[in-house]
Amino acid sequence: MIAELGLAALWMAAALAALQLAAGFLAARQDDAEIAILVRPAAVVQGVLCAFAFAMLVWLFARTDLSVKLVAMNSHSDKPLVFKLAGAWGNHEGSMLLWVTVMSAAGALIALVERRLPDRTMQATLAAQGFVALGFYAFLLFSSNPFERLPIPALEGNGLNPLLQDIGLAFHPPTLYLGYVGLSVAFSFAVGALLTRQVTPDFARAMRPWVLGAWIFLTVGITAGSYWAYYELGWGGWWFWDPVENASLMPWLAATALLHSASVLAARDALRAWTIMLGVVAFSMSMVGTFLVRSGILTSVHAFAVDPERGTFILVLLAIYIGGALAVFGLRAGSVAEGGKFEAVSREGALVINNVLLSAILGVVLLGTLYPLLTEAMGVRVSVGPPYFDPVGAIFVVPMLLVMLVGPLLRWRQDRLARVRRSAIIGMVAVLAGLLLAIALGAGVLPTLGIALGAGLAVASVLPLKGRRLRRVPLATRGMVTAHLGIAVALLGMASESAFSEERLAAIKVGQQASVGPWQVTLAAVDPVAGPNWTALEGVMLASYDGGAPIELHPQARSFWSPPQETTESALATRWNGQLYAVLGKAADGERWQVRLWWKPFVTLIWYGGLLVALGGLLALLGRVRDDLRRRYVTRKAAERREAAA
Amino acid sequence: MRGWRFFLPLGIFALFLGIAGYQLTQPKDDFVHSTMIGRPMPEFAMRPASPDRPGLSLADLKDGTPKLLNIWASWCIPCAAEAPQLAALKAQGAPIVGVAIRDRPEDVAAFLARYGNPFDRIGADDLSELQLAIGSSGVPETFVIDGDGIIRYQHIGDIRASDVPMLMEKLREAGR
Repeated sequence: MIAELGLAALWMAAALAALQLAAGFLAARQDDAEIAILVRPAAVVQGVLCAFAFAMLVWLFARTDLSVKLVAMNSHSDKPLVFKLAGAWGNHEGSMLLWVTVMSAAGALIALVERRLPDRTMQATLAAQGFVALGFYAFLLFSSNPFERLPIPALEGNGLNPLLQDIGLAFHPPTLYLGYVGLSVAFSFAVGALLTRQVTPDFARAMRPWVLGAWIFLTVGITAGSYWAYYELGWGGWWFWDPVENASLMPWLAATALLHSASVLAARDALRAWTIMLGVVAFSMSMVGTFLVRSGILTSVHAFAVDPERGTFILVLLAIYIGGALAVFGLRAGSVAEGGKFEAVSREGALVINNVLLSAILGVVLLGTLYPLLTEAMGVRVSVGPPYFDPVGAIFVVPMLLVMLVGPLLRWRQDRLARVRRSAIIGMVAVLAGLLLAIALGAGVLPTLGIALGAGLAVASVLPLKGRRLRRVPLATRGMVTAHLGIAVALLGMASESAFSEERLAAIKVGQQASVGPWQVTLAAVDPVAGPNWTALEGVMLASYDGGAPIELHPQARSFWSPPQETTESALATRWNGQLYAVLGKAADGERWQVRLWWKPFVTLIWYGGLLVALGGLLALLGRVRDDLRRRYVTRKAAERREAAA
Repeated sequence: MRGWRFFLPLGIFALFLGIAGYQLTQPKDDFVHSTMIGRPMPEFAMRPASPDRPGLSLADLKDGTPKLLNIWASWCIPCAAEAPQLAALKAQGAPIVGVAIRDRPEDVAAFLARYGNPFDRIGADDLSELQLAIGSSGVPETFVIDGDGIIRYQHIGDIRASDVPMLMEKLREAGR
């Protein structure tokens, strides 16, 4: 009964999305007030119904209802409850349902709160949102029904992939989805504004919180995903330029560019066409990413259940939405292109340069990700990895970071470099200091650049606060400073990890010692241990930092039995200046064990930096929303006063 | 940006759609093909994997007769499935040598007793050294080696009945 209720709610939500599309389109075209009143309620009810359907799916997983195919395929009665619930979205059908749920909830939220845009733009925006949602409803209902029943209930479920049975990963995909879907809102705003040709600063201000929100979730999602890959896969790396990782990085790059160009549009009414295009591109990257991941068209370490039929479906959706939006862009952009003018040396100028560079980086990542697809069409198989992404990306990252040093110090519209000379010199001194330090420590070319620019940016990012009373600095500016500082911190972590990591691979007996960096590690014992649905060999390692008191580490080699799979659980010991990373491998012969140890100086800065960036976004979002609420309050009061006077 | 330039993103997107759409219709080839085709076999000498057959070394392959070199293991289930096809190839006169990957003599003997022994020689490759050196990424795989020890052809996966004539033909080509 639960499954049928969920399915019914999903069908009704799809019908409401169709209503939202039709009513929104007609209202925007004919300015028909009678139809127009339907649009917002349709969006709200659609959101509620879709959330209801998703709740039903979660309930099915909580009960482990094995008469539902999806539950039987992906769950198991022995699993801990939190992973049973996570199982609801840890698979194709469930994650697609989560996608439309977040999307329709976002649509409902816009319908409820957004009052700033002209009615017609708003109706066109909601129509676009309904149109996009409708495609995903069709995808769910016709090719990925999560509520399908089995003719005969299964006796036991298949279980969830053990690699995914990790608390971090239970929440990593939904976080990224919130980001992807937030970009769908930006997309709908862009299409709505394009259709009504009302690309105004108000449009940018309405869109900005959504982009910021999406961007925060993407940042957190990427950071968490990277940390998960780092400690769960047991390879010691934190980024592999894998197609699936790139699929999350590309929307982030586009959203970062969009965020900055929307700021220019909001403040100075410039970059109209460019902002619209980035709005379309950011969501395209989310969809292209989804397509690459779900169609299995590229080989990736992320083994998703792939299906060419679903791949085709997503490609068709891509063609309709992105192709349609880009076609509208081609036809309409000419009429909205004119905007405010500015000098090359100005805040806008710096933002434009960085927007172009960010887009170039996006192009580099996109090309590297799609290149195997291109050559395979010609019968050549290649694999593109760090030797391409690192140096080619650096060509654009380095000038971008240099512009980031001074950009935030410049004034809007027109400025002179001489005015910010002193700040620029402070930044360059920090760059030089970092450069000399890196060279003295013998880092490679790219890490040296990373340390130099990271040091420079760390100093320069807080300079906009110089000479200002901290309490009077707007929240959004504090957010910007925090986010830029976060980029510097992450950059320093990446450079240090790649330059100074030490690795030690040893086969040792119980009681023997191995050392790596400042650590001495003794293998004290190897014991069998058991968890709820796995057994493991657990190493007991006594790790002592620089001869100090030893701490115990417990790396495990786990064997899951449903489904059967082996995973390694690394053990980490964190110090302020880095992390010891220990993996227990197989028995080398009768009594020796393969042990893999890494000492990674300052590696944790990568993720702290990522979190700082997200925190910066959060501050900016709070600042913007607070300003909006304040402005709304002031306008309302002014209106009341006028009425009272009249 | 003016005029046609606004259509540039659409053009790039159309290109992506074209390639992605084309690739979706193509059957996906997940095999890792050896880059050693046309190159000579590396130097090696392996101990016998089974008491009743001699081991295998490079000199055995350079005796002038083209051979099939079968990479297999007693723990590999498709290897058992391809045993009748190897027997058929043997019956048609193909000389077959085997390389047992990461195996134990008693398991090899039990496997051969159960599924038949088409091999003239079986070398034991305990660390997959030869396997990796000739670009094989799994078991079973079958290589055609000509009389000079040059690798001519690689067949990935188990040999199906329909593959037998093709392998005989490859073997004949290697003899020319």
